[in-house]
Amino acid sequence: MIGIKSYGAYIPLHRLAQADIAKAYDRGGGVGELAVANFDEDTVTMGVEASVDCLKGMERSIVDTLFFATTSPPYREKQSAAIIAQALDLKRQLVANDLCDSLRSGNMALNLATGLVASGKSKNALVVASEVRKGFPGSEYERVLGDAAGALLVGDTDVIASLEAYYCIADEITDVWRMEGDPFVKSWEDRFVFTQGYNRNIKEAIVGLMKKQGLQQKDISKIVFYAPDARNHQAMAKGLGFDPKTQVQDGMFGTVGNTGAAATIFMMVAALESAKPGDMILLAGYGDGADAFLFKVTPEIEKCRGHRGVKGHINSKKALTSYNKMLRVREISPVEMARRPVEVASAPMMLRDRDMVSTMKGVKCKVCGRVQFPKQRVCYHCRTKDQFELYRLSDKTATVFTFCVDHLAATIDPPVIKAIVDFEGGGRTLVTIADRDVENVKIGTTVEMAFRRIHDAMGFRNYIWKSRLVRG
Amino acid sequence: MSIKDKCAIVGMGCTKFGERYDTSFEDLIVEAAYEAFEDAKIESKDLDAGWIGFTSSSRTGESMARPLKLHNIAVTHVENACASGMEAIRNACHAVACGEYKMVIALGAEKLKDSGLAGLPQPGGMHYIHPAMFTQFNAPANYALAATRYFYRYGIEPRKGKETLAKITVKNHFNGARAPKAHLRNEVTVEQVMAAPIIAYPLGLFDCCPTTDGAAAAIITTVENAKKMRNDYILVRSFGLSIGEGMAAVDTDYDWTHWEETIRASQKAYASIGVKDPRTEISLAEVHDCFSISELIVYEGLGFSEAGKASEDVDAGTFALTGRQPVNPDGGLKAFGHPVGASGVRKVFECYKQLQGKVDDPRRQIKNPKLALAHSQGGQPGAFECVVCITGLPA
Repeated sequence: MIGIKSYGAYIPLHRLAQADIAKAYDRGGGVGELAVANFDEDTVTMGVEASVDCLKGMERSIVDTLFFATTSPPYREKQSAAIIAQALDLKRQLVANDLCDSLRSGNMALNLATGLVASGKSKNALVVASEVRKGFPGSEYERVLGDAAGALLVGDTDVIASLEAYYCIADEITDVWRMEGDPFVKSWEDRFVFTQGYNRNIKEAIVGLMKKQGLQQKDISKIVFYAPDARNHQAMAKGLGFDPKTQVQDGMFGTVGNTGAAATIFMMVAALESAKPGDMILLAGYGDGADAFLFKVTPEIEKCRGHRGVKGHINSKKALTSYNKMLRVREISPVEMARRPVEVASAPMMLRDRDMVSTMKGVKCKVCGRVQFPKQRVCYHCRTKDQFELYRLSDKTATVFTFCVDHLAATIDPPVIKAIVDFEGGGRTLVTIADRDVENVKIGTTVEMAFRRIHDAMGFRNYIWKSRLVRG
Repeated sequence: MSIKDKCAIVGMGCTKFGERYDTSFEDLIVEAAYEAFEDAKIESKDLDAGWIGFTSSSRTGESMARPLKLHNIAVTHVENACASGMEAIRNACHAVACGEYKMVIALGAEKLKDSGLAGLPQPGGMHYIHPAMFTQFNAPANYALAATRYFYRYGIEPRKGKETLAKITVKNHFNGARAPKAHLRNEVTVEQVMAAPIIAYPLGLFDCCPTTDGAAAAIITTVENAKKMRNDYILVRSFGLSIGEGMAAVDTDYDWTHWEETIRASQKAYASIGVKDPRTEISLAEVHDCFSISELIVYEGLGFSEAGKASEDVDAGTFALTGRQPVNPDGGLKAFGHPVGASGVRKVFECYKQLQGKVDDPRRQIKNPKLALAHSQGGQPGAFECVVCITGLPA
């Protein structure tokens, strides 16, 4: 039996109120909100978050395949999947690949993963879909696009939802696009986009799959499908004859937004969270064609609880203080940094220290047992040389020992909370506390580790593990 | 064998500290050195070696040989962060004490205001601070971490703690207003200090020393030689040096509320000359108050206050000019300013003038001092480069 074994999701803490967008353009009204990635988040960091959630309680070494889907990778040339694999501490014998140029990349990744497992080439394939798309300031896209990530582990044992069928079409149309170097989503006029692109294609895939399997609407417990916005989502559900109240997975347009290439995987996580054994879930995506999966939920689903998922993130939120703040954290408006020394980076140092920097591995002294991060050659306690084992800290919680709020830090969004944190099980480090929350950081506060961007220096991006207040 | 009473300071100079936009690094060196030459009544040709301390302004011994035209004598650049100037003096004394050189100069200098940066340039190259691990390693933030923990450990309500720190700042500004060469010469009130913008919570603007240009120099020779040169030479009595290994953010045993390096360095300096009770035996001290919390914890590290009790001594006015044990009579880093490499030599300069009874503004002259202590600590909590230098009058 091939299918989904586990799921995880991530939604950034910050939400932008539609009312704030409306106010910025001298309009009234505005209902709902959008999830907005912080300045130190990108599709890679959010993908890591969703993956950590998905792999909770599992040996990371079981993963032999990793597909990363997005239309907004940090690099045009350089694999994001490899960065995610390093951050997750996945094994070196790994098939890793990015799918980065279609709104349907999430579904394509899922299709490839199930295909590899079916062929016996993979035992455990991780599909990570993450998106941070930007609309032109003031545009319709700005009002609908949101940021989130989802992850599904695909395998052939302990399956919580088995793959029953798949149907796919390819279609060439210039409806929504970004060319090389375009920061904002572009599209043709909306009637063309909806009628000739979205509506026609996704309907064809869903109907095609149902016909192939001989299914009626009543046979589907839940339909999970991409839509450009809430209105189109509603209209499509009705048009296809599904009951929006009971059969349609909420698209979260009013709480998270349209999450692009991540949307189907992300919504599928939400569907699995409330699925029961025996449920039939139809999952359909759109972008340069359309496709549809049919999954059947197994009794194993009951064992797969306790992930933070969508439910654990959606109400764990903080309002962005203004529309202007969104422009700043998305780096749409230029920010003058504090006058600090120029930040440097070194590819050789990053290579040599990637276990430490990207995976947050410290060392544990085999003689006295002290955990030490960053890694040392000589134990600070017993002075024994080179008697260490690697020790992963990124999955440990920690307690704030002391902290400060640094207003001088050169960052897009000062001030920065710096803290000394002591890890559960030993070890201490100096961290930045991400998603700054000055009121709620105290001595004794519990934090968890969060993979974040630290800076773009010398033309490339550096990531580091920061800490943050526990979500969920 | 020890360094005790083998060396004497026979001349010192100190530039005006401040935002010296019209002055170059070399100008500062010349200004400080020639004032010291004049004080010692020597010429540059009388020198047979030199040590210069700075952190980011230049490179190598040539940085002093060139402006002073030292004609191929031995010159060494020493660097131990904010303790660089004091390290120049310590290394110079060791060389004189062992008989290798007779007449040497130890100079500290720093030119910070040319960089355009808020605060200090990145120290020590890319292998000091890992480019992907600890960027944005601001000095105020590091000391703020200590302040938060100190308040917590001793159950001090943060606002009350900030008030204690404000009193230290008020004292240093008061003293600085009586030091003509100081950078900041305005008195401030506790209310002003408390209302200042936050730099790194809990530290505000007035808890932080300024970035300053300046230089100071000392002429050091053997005691035997010093006796022939002047009656009021000053004896270098002892040194202590302790270097932390940077484990404050690694070692869960480090408490962030005491300065271990300061304790070690001062105990070494006290032991070598038999100081048993520093509270009564040390007449005055020039200490490292880069941030107000630093000075508070230094009182405890030097044994002037009991651990956790320094705020009581601050409240009692113990360390004021008129108090039992004046600390930073010239205003300290807070008011006199902090050109990183120069500060250690400037601290010894104040000790030297106080011991001689020749302070430039008599309002801050301390009566009949016997032993003066200068203290520098570079780096950050848990990773200090700490030097203590005790000077005194000849017996």
